[in-house]
Amino acid sequence: MEIRLNGESRCINAAHLTVAGLLEMEQVPSPEMVAVQIDGEIVHRCAYNDTMVGDRNQVDLLYFMAGG
Amino acid sequence: MLMNLTDEQMDRYSRHLILKEVGPEGQIKLLQSRVLVVGTGGLGSPVSLYLAAAGVGTIGLVDADTVDISNLQRQIIHTTADIDRPKVESAAVKLKAINPEIKIEPWLLYLDASNSLDIIRQYDFVIDGTDNFATKFLINDACVLAGVPYSHGGILRFDGQTMTVLPRKSACYRCCFHEPPPAKSVPSCSQAGILGAVAGMLGTIQAAEALKFITGAGSLLTDSLLSFDAKTMNFRRVKLRKRPDCPVCGENPSIIELSDSEREACGLK
Ligand SMILES: [Zn+2]
Repeated sequence: MEIRLNGESRCINAAHLTVAGLLEMEQVPSPEMVAVQIDGEIVHRCAYNDTMVGDRNQVDLLYFMAGG
Repeated sequence: MLMNLTDEQMDRYSRHLILKEVGPEGQIKLLQSRVLVVGTGGLGSPVSLYLAAAGVGTIGLVDADTVDISNLQRQIIHTTADIDRPKVESAAVKLKAINPEIKIEPWLLYLDASNSLDIIRQYDFVIDGTDNFATKFLINDACVLAGVPYSHGGILRFDGQTMTVLPRKSACYRCCFHEPPPAKSVPSCSQAGILGAVAGMLGTIQAAEALKFITGAGSLLTDSLLSFDAKTMNFRRVKLRKRPDCPVCGENPSIIELSDSEREACGLK
């Protein structure tokens, strides 16, 4: 399937992919440090294992930034 | 508006006055405005310098910290001679030197659940220039509860992010980030590092948003998160939505008063 990840087109070599799986694939060092938005909806942090990423989804990984 | 610009003000603010989006009316609005800058560090430095130069009439500065030599790489309002001096005091001197006609209100304290609503309510716009999630979430909640618009800012390494929040009208920080991440997974600038100029890049965006809000110029960075990576100079703006189930600005909010639990959850204090 093909998704748009952070605004860029990305081919995924899998029929089924969870948000947790995508974060692992993207080597996000700590899933707790990112908010995930799919097609404009924020996925709750505790639902990463149960939420599927689908074909043509727009996925945004929004990183927490604490510094100032 | 019963206020006229003096000859000196006409000169000082001449480059604002010739902007049709600002003009004399916008400049008078700036002179009559009150902006609170929380944190007088990497973001607070450029923000408060530009607000003072722009003629924001009253600038509140919140910080309980003193200047450390490791701050000077990016906190450009402080100088080597200011080491060990309270940051709000050091900053106030520089801001008055740039623009003697503005008023500085120093708050030598950290915002917490007991004081933040009282302080934030006294201002028209708030700048989040803090360096920890506990205070970032506290500012969001206090601004939503008090109905005071604010600019969120966060920086780390080569990255920055910002959004402007018009409480109950546009998405808030919690609409996107919901709750602070667990303390153990949180890198701060002191642990992860920060390129000094990145603080300037982000802080000047926040200052521009404050000036736009006060003068009514342009459109604000609402319902979106602007982030950039200074390594590639890629900027990206992601659309956000105000969430009906947001814990603070949603239809059935669970946060109806402030508490310091977030602070404890993040292992501070
Ligand atoms: Zn919200």
